[in-house]
Amino acid sequence: MQNFTPVSALIGGGLIGLGAAVLLLFNGRIAGISGIVGELLRPVRGDWVWRIAFVLGLLAGPVLHQLFAAQPLSITIHAQLPVLVIAGFLVGFGTNLGSGCTSGHGVCGMARLSPRSIVATGIFMTAGVVTVYVVRHVVS
Amino acid sequence: MRRTLVAFLAGSLFGVGLTVSRMIDPAKVLGFLDLAGDWDPSLALVMAGALAVMAIAYRIRAGRSAPFFADVFQIPTRRDIDARLAIGALIFGTGWGLVGFCPGPAISGIALGRYEVMVFVLAMLAGMAAQRYGPWRMSPARVARAAGGGA
Repeated sequence: MQNFTPVSALIGGGLIGLGAAVLLLFNGRIAGISGIVGELLRPVRGDWVWRIAFVLGLLAGPVLHQLFAAQPLSITIHAQLPVLVIAGFLVGFGTNLGSGCTSGHGVCGMARLSPRSIVATGIFMTAGVVTVYVVRHVVS
Repeated sequence: MRRTLVAFLAGSLFGVGLTVSRMIDPAKVLGFLDLAGDWDPSLALVMAGALAVMAIAYRIRAGRSAPFFADVFQIPTRRDIDARLAIGALIFGTGWGLVGFCPGPAISGIALGRYEVMVFVLAMLAGMAAQRYGPWRMSPARVARAAGGGA
């Protein structure tokens, strides 16, 4: 467990929850990213500007962080191009079919103990674990 | 106007949270999903932190008839477990495990300027469009409306 970062995980998680809480208590909306983005593909009059604003906020997040962070942010992506395309498609298709992702089901739905969200989170977590196991420990 | 500003603020908090917790890094997420490897439990604490704050938010919500800046709370009401939910979650989880990106970190990650993130997001949008406009369509929102609630 040498990569475990409990403090930044808890603080970051709290900020994610705060963002979702602000959206709920002020605008009455659920911060489910797949839904917020997916609905932009079929924009409804009077219901798209806030979605764009939220997405711009998501983009501003890393930029704001960089302004105050001690060290520059670096991420690691090992996946090859075809895998990125397939995985992206599956994530987009699956989240829209299943009405939510890690944020909508995993955070917003689970926090209100929605049975649908608890089941969905259990399934996508398990599928993720199995996929990583197959990719890292069976195939390669 | 103020609702737009709130949405931007909420998105920013969310994005900063993803960055601080490093969930924006697919390698960090895969470290959590890799139970058989050098396991990194961080993602569980990210969820715990977010869930704790959201649970308080729902408490506050329970004492109010309406949000501060809107007429109604639009919270899903469905409780049934159907095949779409299960199959959708299964497909999503598989894609998530392949790269380590779910929708939030992928969108935020665009700001880092890596072409791999852009490729992933474009494919993700294509997947969403295929679900919404393909022969299996009925968007979640439409299904929710038909069921009289949300999802």
